[in-house]
Amino acid sequence: MVQQTETMARTHVPVVKARQRRVQEIALGYAMLAPALLLLVVFEFYPIFYGLYISLCNWRLGCNSFVGAANFTRALHDPEMWHSLWITTVYALLSVPLQLGLGLFLAYLLFQKIRYKPFFRTVFFLPYVTSSVASAAVWSYLYSPDRGPLNALLGALGFQPRNWLGEPLGIFTLIAQSLGLTLPSWAGGPSLALVSIVIYTTWVFVGYAITIFLAGLGTIPPELYDAAKVDGASGWVQFRYVTLPLLSPTTFFLLIFTVIGTFKAFNHIYVMTQGGPYNETTTASIFIFRQLFESNRYGYSAALSFILFFCILLLTIFQNRVVGRRVNYD
Amino acid sequence: MAIPLDRQAFEPARPRMSPARVLIYAILIVGSIGSLLPFIYMALTSLKTYGSVINDTFWPWAPFGTELPQLGNYPEAIRQVGYDSSWHTFLFFRYIANSLIVASVTVAGVLLTSVLAAYVFARMNVPGKNFLFLLILATIMVPNDLVLVPKVVMMFNLHWYNTYLALTVPFMGSVFAIFFLRQFFMQIPKDLYEAAVIDGAGHLRYLFSIMIPLSKPAIMTIGLLTFIAAWDDFKWPLLVTRDASMRVLAVGLQQFMQGEGGTNTQLLMAFAAIVVLPVLLLFILTQKYFTEGIVTTGIKG
Repeated sequence: MVQQTETMARTHVPVVKARQRRVQEIALGYAMLAPALLLLVVFEFYPIFYGLYISLCNWRLGCNSFVGAANFTRALHDPEMWHSLWITTVYALLSVPLQLGLGLFLAYLLFQKIRYKPFFRTVFFLPYVTSSVASAAVWSYLYSPDRGPLNALLGALGFQPRNWLGEPLGIFTLIAQSLGLTLPSWAGGPSLALVSIVIYTTWVFVGYAITIFLAGLGTIPPELYDAAKVDGASGWVQFRYVTLPLLSPTTFFLLIFTVIGTFKAFNHIYVMTQGGPYNETTTASIFIFRQLFESNRYGYSAALSFILFFCILLLTIFQNRVVGRRVNYD
Repeated sequence: MAIPLDRQAFEPARPRMSPARVLIYAILIVGSIGSLLPFIYMALTSLKTYGSVINDTFWPWAPFGTELPQLGNYPEAIRQVGYDSSWHTFLFFRYIANSLIVASVTVAGVLLTSVLAAYVFARMNVPGKNFLFLLILATIMVPNDLVLVPKVVMMFNLHWYNTYLALTVPFMGSVFAIFFLRQFFMQIPKDLYEAAVIDGAGHLRYLFSIMIPLSKPAIMTIGLLTFIAAWDDFKWPLLVTRDASMRVLAVGLQQFMQGEGGTNTQLLMAFAAIVVLPVLLLFILTQKYFTEGIVTTGIKG
């Protein structure tokens, strides 16, 4: 009691000091936030609105004329845009299951009691950390039609050499051709050029999928496996009824992440094919880039970016609704 | 024996090499070879003569061939890339310098802005803090490609086109870094702060003399991931630089591939090896930070 009255008697000066200190703290706090906030507002938020403005313009160094939705309607009537969206879809449909499937398979093998596990992990991860332009350059050489090692290998095995990244024909057409058959053009399948890019993509990203899957596998309590073993469950049954359901949040995260990744894919495709042959590897991001970089169509490529973003958004919502419902979060 | 019977029945005391295990190792080894083969090809080809590249000789050196490893391909590649007469040096050295400058300035910028912001979000009591944090998190949803065109136009408007400013400043604010560091800072016990305040330390002093040293692993992770992403960046530098002397290594490599390197594969591979090597070394030396950072943040890709 005595102490309390004493402090109350002396409050006047400390209150002013405390308020001063508080104001100082707030000022310091805002000053510390300022650089990051400023950068994010200027280079992340503001460009969304500026981009929308550009997309409504006929842009030549500035807004030459305001054209309203003309860039958008033009895009919707541009067969090349639809083609690029189609190529992006095929690219995603081929590469996402490959990356996730192979990633899960190898992660599951690595999760067994394996010697030299860190070594294997590192080796599978190396392509992912490597500079993508450099590795794509190396792969262009592996795929080279005249003196590439892949064709040398095919030749040694008695097969005819292939054009790989330069081949616009579908893979089914090529297989049918080598068997002496002809296929109707709609049954040709994805071009060998695109499939070659898918193979490269799998080589790069499988290590990432493995790393994430291994982290996910580590969170499954080992008692569940022991219980399953006691019940006499075989390896496959354990995998199907213990591993897969409990891993589903990880798989779902990877699915979303990988799908978005395939829509963003640019560096390796641009280095290996620049979108050719005959636009067979022109994904949406390559198409937008070329409109910007080669044709200087700012308004048009801004409009295209919004359309692509809209597609990704729809796809992500769809995945959340349809796939997300089957994810087991217990 | 000490091992209980039921345990023995279910699992052998130590795993033997069963056929299944042999198969697992076989698959993993084949997979690793597939993973490494492009690197091996790159390294081998960078040491071959033009003749052996043309003839597809896999191993032109002793004991199967008579060639010597062509270490000279490396200086030759550097020479072939071109000369920068205004700086009196090979363009290749400009590329390396540009990549190093861009990557390290970006890392420094990201670390400075993110450490300060993350500290405020983790430890300081500032009005509107939660709203600002949500605002920052929302930018994660803005895909880079959506804002590509307006950002390029902004570089022209700011007169940053073809300068280092365009290559570094737009990347210095990183939501991932702020989020990651904030999580890390929040794990550090509050008692430390109270003790420091009693000793008369303010927020900044506490941040720099206690928090940062304690958060070294998190800061290393962010630094490494930012460095790798900056080193790998290709699309943006291609869009916002014009002069050969402003190119970074990735752009220089692609341009070389379109020109001289397209025919002289051994030189292209030497160039690629020089681009790949620093990152691989960095990765192998600092693996732990890398894998943890990528698992927790999903940065890069």
